[in-house]
Amino acid sequence: MSKLMKLNLKVWRQKNTNSAGNFEEYKVDASPDMSFLEMFDVLNEQLIETGKEPVAFDHDCREGICGMCSMVIDGRPHGPKQGVTTCQLHMRSFSDGDTITVEPWRANGFPVIKDLTVNRSAFDRIIASGGFISTNAGNAVDANSVLIPKEVADEAFEAATCIGCGACVSACKNASAMLFVGAKVTQLSKLPQGKPERESRVVAMVNQMDAEGFGACTNTGACAAECPKQIPLSVIANLNREYISAKMNGK
Amino acid sequence: MKLLSFLFTSSIGRKVLMAVTGLSLVAFLLVHAGINACIFFNDGGETFNHAAEFMAHNWLIRSAEIGLFLGLLIHIVQGLSLTASNNQKRNSKYGASAGNANSKWYSRSMGILGSLLLIFLVMHLKHFWVVSRFTDAIQETAGSTLFDEMVVVFKDPLPVFVYVIGCISLAYHLLHGFQSAFQSLGINHPAYSPIIQSIGVGFSILVPLVFAAMPIAMHLGWIQ
Repeated sequence: MSKLMKLNLKVWRQKNTNSAGNFEEYKVDASPDMSFLEMFDVLNEQLIETGKEPVAFDHDCREGICGMCSMVIDGRPHGPKQGVTTCQLHMRSFSDGDTITVEPWRANGFPVIKDLTVNRSAFDRIIASGGFISTNAGNAVDANSVLIPKEVADEAFEAATCIGCGACVSACKNASAMLFVGAKVTQLSKLPQGKPERESRVVAMVNQMDAEGFGACTNTGACAAECPKQIPLSVIANLNREYISAKMNGK
Repeated sequence: MKLLSFLFTSSIGRKVLMAVTGLSLVAFLLVHAGINACIFFNDGGETFNHAAEFMAHNWLIRSAEIGLFLGLLIHIVQGLSLTASNNQKRNSKYGASAGNANSKWYSRSMGILGSLLLIFLVMHLKHFWVVSRFTDAIQETAGSTLFDEMVVVFKDPLPVFVYVIGCISLAYHLLHGFQSAFQSLGINHPAYSPIIQSIGVGFSILVPLVFAAMPIAMHLGWIQ
């Protein structure tokens, strides 16, 4: 077994949405083979054993596909590695004796529920406003009855890998949700099944995005750089294109 | 008018307007730098004064100037109001920040760079534009030209210093703004975007460099 690392943690503790919150310091011994969340499990066991309140944090699948984990680690959503979620980040990415600062996503659109857990239902409301397609019920149609060029299918699939974690919002200096909305609009607008609602969808989703209190896009590229699924900035250009064309058509 | 109201209300529309006005200002910079570079003929400002006279009296240029100021005003007001509203989207600030790990400092500082440019612009317009349009100081009959005015202004080291700072701000503002404008307009293509970015970098270095060379060269007496 690998030698245990001695770590100093600065963790954001906040009782509820309305309380102020502050950083608390903890010491944890962790194996380099642990994931970041397993290291937090160790910390929480320590806290429970000493009769203290454990740190609340979101997690579910722990295999990088559900989009629940949401920690800003040393100022970077999902930590220092590219293309990974917090649950897939391992302690071997850190060194013995490191001090690690852990905070929640910070954005007015994502109010803190408790400690490191934030309310991301703003994303659900954006999806509900237009992130769907209409299909007729009945027999499943033949798979090849609607032909889709390979490159178009690839573009749509690349956008569809978005897990809706919100790292883009947390990384953006304006707390903008453009990468998320861009991914969802691109995924649906590229495919024939998404064409009927194409224009009304983009306008409704952008209106909802603005209403939820997310900022405008400054094109700094921080979102795409921090995205665990490496969604490219081109989805934001596509969103702009879709939106401008829908608006010019009077939607 | 309702069709275009999104340019002032929605987050994307406001950026579209920033991009359109920004690109028209880029076009203006190219003309401005080209004409002013005539002083480098070092012919006592003869070529430059000739070009300046044309710009001052051609009716097409005079009408375009109205559009230019309108675009500039929109770019300034919209830019300041966008920056102010974007800054209000995160009330609780991060304890640790790692901004340079995922973006360039100048892309995050467009509001500050633009404000520095605005301060420079006020001084610049007062030096040359106000003097040539609204006073009788510059007239061929009076024997004083725009070139003579440049010689006078750049004798003093303070304007030279402010102009160089203004040009550095302009370079970084353009370095982000040029390519960002295309992205805001939805132009992002695997083949064309690298070309746009290269032209943007070249423009952002070359044009401010030509502008900065003017006050420096005149102050040091290389151009008389």
